Formats: sequence, structure tokens, C-alpha cells
Amino acid sequence: MTSATTASKSPFWRLFLTGMPSQAWISRQAKNLALPLVGILVFLLLWQAAASNIETSLGQFPGPAAVWEQSHNLVDEYQQARQKEAAFYERQYERRDKILAEDPDAAVRIFDYPGKPTFFDQIVTSLYTVMFGFLVATLIAVPLGVVCGLSETLYRAINPLIQVFKPVSPLAWLPLVTMVVSALYISDDPMFDKSFLTSAFTVTLCCLWPTVINTAVGVAGIDKDLVNVSRVIRLPALKHVQKVVLPSAIPMIFTGLRLSLATGWMVLIAAEMLAQNPGLGKFIWDEFQNGSSNSLGRIMVAVIVIGFIGFLLDIIMLAVQRRVSWDKNAVLR
Amino acid sequence: MKHYLDISNVGIEVKTDSGPFRALQDVNLKIDKGEFISLIGHSGCGKSTVLNIVAGLYGATEGGVILEGREVDEPGPDRAVVFQNHALLPWLSVYENVALAVREVFKGRKTRSEMRDWVEHNLALVHMSHALHKMPHEISGGMKQRVGIARGLAMEPKVLLMDEPFGALDALTRAHLQDSLMEIQNDLDNTVIMITHDVDEAVLLSDRIVMMTNGPAAGIGEVLDVDLPRPRHRLELAEDAHYNRIRQQVLKFLYEKQRNPASAAVENQAQGEAKNSENRDGVAGDDRKDDEAA
Repeated sequence: MTSATTASKSPFWRLFLTGMPSQAWISRQAKNLALPLVGILVFLLLWQAAASNIETSLGQFPGPAAVWEQSHNLVDEYQQARQKEAAFYERQYERRDKILAEDPDAAVRIFDYPGKPTFFDQIVTSLYTVMFGFLVATLIAVPLGVVCGLSETLYRAINPLIQVFKPVSPLAWLPLVTMVVSALYISDDPMFDKSFLTSAFTVTLCCLWPTVINTAVGVAGIDKDLVNVSRVIRLPALKHVQKVVLPSAIPMIFTGLRLSLATGWMVLIAAEMLAQNPGLGKFIWDEFQNGSSNSLGRIMVAVIVIGFIGFLLDIIMLAVQRRVSWDKNAVLR
Repeated sequence: MKHYLDISNVGIEVKTDSGPFRALQDVNLKIDKGEFISLIGHSGCGKSTVLNIVAGLYGATEGGVILEGREVDEPGPDRAVVFQNHALLPWLSVYENVALAVREVFKGRKTRSEMRDWVEHNLALVHMSHALHKMPHEISGGMKQRVGIARGLAMEPKVLLMDEPFGALDALTRAHLQDSLMEIQNDLDNTVIMITHDVDEAVLLSDRIVMMTNGPAAGIGEVLDVDLPRPRHRLELAEDAHYNRIRQQVLKFLYEKQRNPASAAVENQAQGEAKNSENRDGVAGDDRKDDEAA
């Protein structure tokens, strides 16, 4: 029951009996639902007004309606591509069956579908890339942060490096990463594409720092009494980290992880645009180069989708934090 | 004669930006097995420092501590500490907090089920059997301190070190915990060093009260034997002349001989904040009324 706080005085069904919702109920609903809706509505109106006044060389700047239309087009294109792909494989299977019927020992090769990746394929690629880069960064950054937080000596030694590398835009690393990946990742049957690795490692480079710093601060700020408890019962170093240090640093670690993932997602799009690596960034770049009258609308769809995915990633991290954190009463936002 | 716990010539000097600061000088204390010792003194007189040196958490600059013929040089479960703010790990349940210590201390000496029984036994001693699987934030301050004591006892320490164990509790809860502690002490006869601000608590629980002088270069001022028969009952003692004489002696030491210079300067103000820290004893009479009500 949504109107539970005033339940004793005005139960939900009173609305139907009297038609007069209570004051508190109205104001609460206004806060929860109406205000965000009003905000979105005002934004859409302003957008529409501004868009109709901007004329570009690719036609008028897309307003909400044009973007809505393009999002439908993108879905249609995706479905058509899927049908084409299915038909493509269907033809091959038919051909193979025919050949095998004549000569059971014949070796028949099935070709991969050569079609261009659709918008949704690019979303999947980008998500996969950011998660991979983020995971690699986490695997490096959390242990490094824990060690830095535990040892002041090490922290002092590493801190200047962190401070210098932290403000470097990962895009500056991109050419170096590209060259290093092509030089070192040589394999006849590569598990990953080189372009995938380049994008992922660029994400890794920018995901490292917020997590390292926040983890170190969290670990260094652990309650001295708890450390003393651990010393008195003589917990071995690894158990000390596992039972005392990590749980108490969890909130700060997650603060770092969320910052990392958010910047990682932003950087990935830019890296994909710049390096022409598959993903949402490449989709935007291709549309821009394509320069049809629909391009700006399609790019706008991508912009909105990127925003929603970033938001979603943060919600997922929050949910994970809720599961992992011992402090169930903490207000997480 | 060899003593169970021998604190000899302990001193500590801290390096600060404005030169060395001598916090503690020439602390000598011999403690026998099964003795209950209270350290009492004004805030900042180095009571906690003495306790932490015995625990091995701080290193003394001079002198040393010998426990049963072995020098203390690092913290260990044979000198379990009960901290003022309970220091329970907030992510572990009551049971798990004690079990973490028990598993580490009795590794290879007790079987799994023996350990479980031992954890439950110690939590039963402090009357916490009903809340084994509660989390620390779900129980009251007094209960948390009970669990802290259970964790200390469960390590079967040679000396139990208590750093103002009841300092953060209200008067009623404190009285209950003091009674529980006396009960446990009757059965187990542990060697205990306890820091306290509370004169009544010191007299009620201790075999000897060690009164410390003010810093800098704090040391032991006087040692008072509390020869009241056990078991002691707070209600009967309240009217006992001998008890009151001992109490009087401690108060005299604290407020005449070792008047805290800081509190003398701000006496008027401090009267108003009598509930805080060292001035707690100034209202000890009030506390006692509460205790009697309990």
C-alpha cells in the first residue's frame, strides 16, 4: 500500500469513497512522481524550442520527435539485420545438407555473417569492453590500494606517481596503448581483437586511480581499536586483511569503484571514436561521417542511450554494494 | 620473591616537534596471580599508556614487563584487552566476534565443536546467550561491552586488561556490569588490571587500587589495599564504615594531593560539566544513588 504512512487516518481506499485524497498523500506523490515528470517535460519543451532554431549543414537539429522516430528506425534496422543474418545461415545450411546428401565425407565450411554491426551490436560491444577494462582495473587497484593504505612508507613512495598519472586523460595514452598492444599481443588464434584490447586497456588506465586512492584512504582510516583487536588475537596478515581491513574499507572501495566505472564509461566512448574501435563511439563517428539528414537524430539517440547505460551501471554498482556491505543502515546514494 | 606480573622501571618518552615529552616515569608494580588491580587517576595521567605497555601495544622506552618469567614484547592473547568502546567488528555477529578470537587462539588445541561450546560458554557467562546471532548495531551499549568482556575472557588470558570498560555506559548499566564482573571473578579468579575513573567502581571491585600522579612524567603515587571481604554487595557496603574510609582515601588522593591543574583552572566550568571524564568522581555520590536504585 503506497499511502501507508497515513494509513490509520486515510487508508488507500478512502480515495474511492470520498474522492478526496489527503493532503499528505498528494504532496508525497508530487515529490515522488510529479516533480521528476515536470522536470523532464520542461526539458523536452526547451529542447524542442531550441532545436527548431538551429539549422545545421545536415539539416535541422533533431528535436524530441525526430529522435523518437530515429530510435524506431534503429530498432527496425536491427530486426532487419537479424532476419538477413538468419536467412544467410539458412541458405548455407541448405547448401551444406545438399552437398552432404551427395557426398557424406565432403568438408563444408559455414561462413560468418559479414553484415555491418547494428546499433545494438555496438551497445553490447561497448558494455563488454567497459566491463573487461573495469574488471582488470579493479583487480589491480583494490590490492594496490589496500597495500598503500596499510603501509605508509609505500604510500609515500607511490603517491607522487598516482598524483601525476591521475590527471592524465587516458586518451593521451591511447596511441601508446595501441602500439604496445600491437607489438606485444601476437597470436595466430587471438582470443580478443586488438581493437578490443586497446579500448579496454585505455578504460583500465583511467579506472585505476579513483579506486586506488579511495581504497587507500578507506584502509588507512580503519578504527585503531579494531586493528588492536586484531593484533591482540594475533591474526595473520592475510586474515587481518580479509576479516578486518576489507570489510571496514568496503564503503570507500565502492565509492572509488563507482567513480572509476563512471569515468571509464565516458572515456570508452571517446576512445572508440578516436581509435575507430567497434562500439558506441564508432557508431557515433560513423554517423557523423555518413552525414545524412538522419545522422544527427541517430547520434542523439546514441547520446541518450549512453546516458541511460551510465546511469544503469551506477545502479548496478549500488545494488552490489548493498549486497556486499555489512552496514545495511547506511544511506547509499 | 618472583611475581606473576612484574612491571619494573617502565618509562616512556615521546618525540614531539617541540622536543621530547616524558609521559611516564619509573612505574613499578608487582602483581600476584588472581589479583584484581585498578589504576585510577586524572585524565591524561598515563593510565592507558601503562595498560597498553602491558598489552604490548606500546613499547616502553625504558624498563620492561615480565609476565610469568617471559618478557612482553608484542601483543598477544595471553594479555587480552577489553576496550572502552567495545571494539566489536561491526560486520560480525555477537557469536562471530567471539569466535574469531577463539578460532585464532585455540587453533590446533580445540576441535570445532569444542570451540563452539567454548564461545557459547563465555557468552553465557556474561548473560548474552539470548543474542548470539544479533549484529553489534542491534544491541545496546551495555550488551556490546558484555560481548567485549566475553571475547577477552574467551582467550583465557593470563592477565585480563580492561581499559575503562564501563566508562561509556550509564550508571545503571554500569552497576549491572560491575555485578556481573564480580560474579565471574568469583568463579574464575582471573588476574585483572582495570583502568577506571570511578572511585566506587575501583573500591568495589579491586584487591588493590593504584593511584597515579599527574603527568608529565606521571608515575604511581600511592597503592591502597582494599581488604574488604568478598563477596561484596554494593548495598551493604554503602553503609559500611570501612568501605567509606577507603573511598575517602582515594578521593583525598585525587582531589587534594593530585588536584588536576587543568581542572583547577576551569573549576567553575568543570562543575557544570561534571558528567565528563575526570570530574565524574565529583558526582560519585549521585552515581551511588542510581546504583542503589538498581
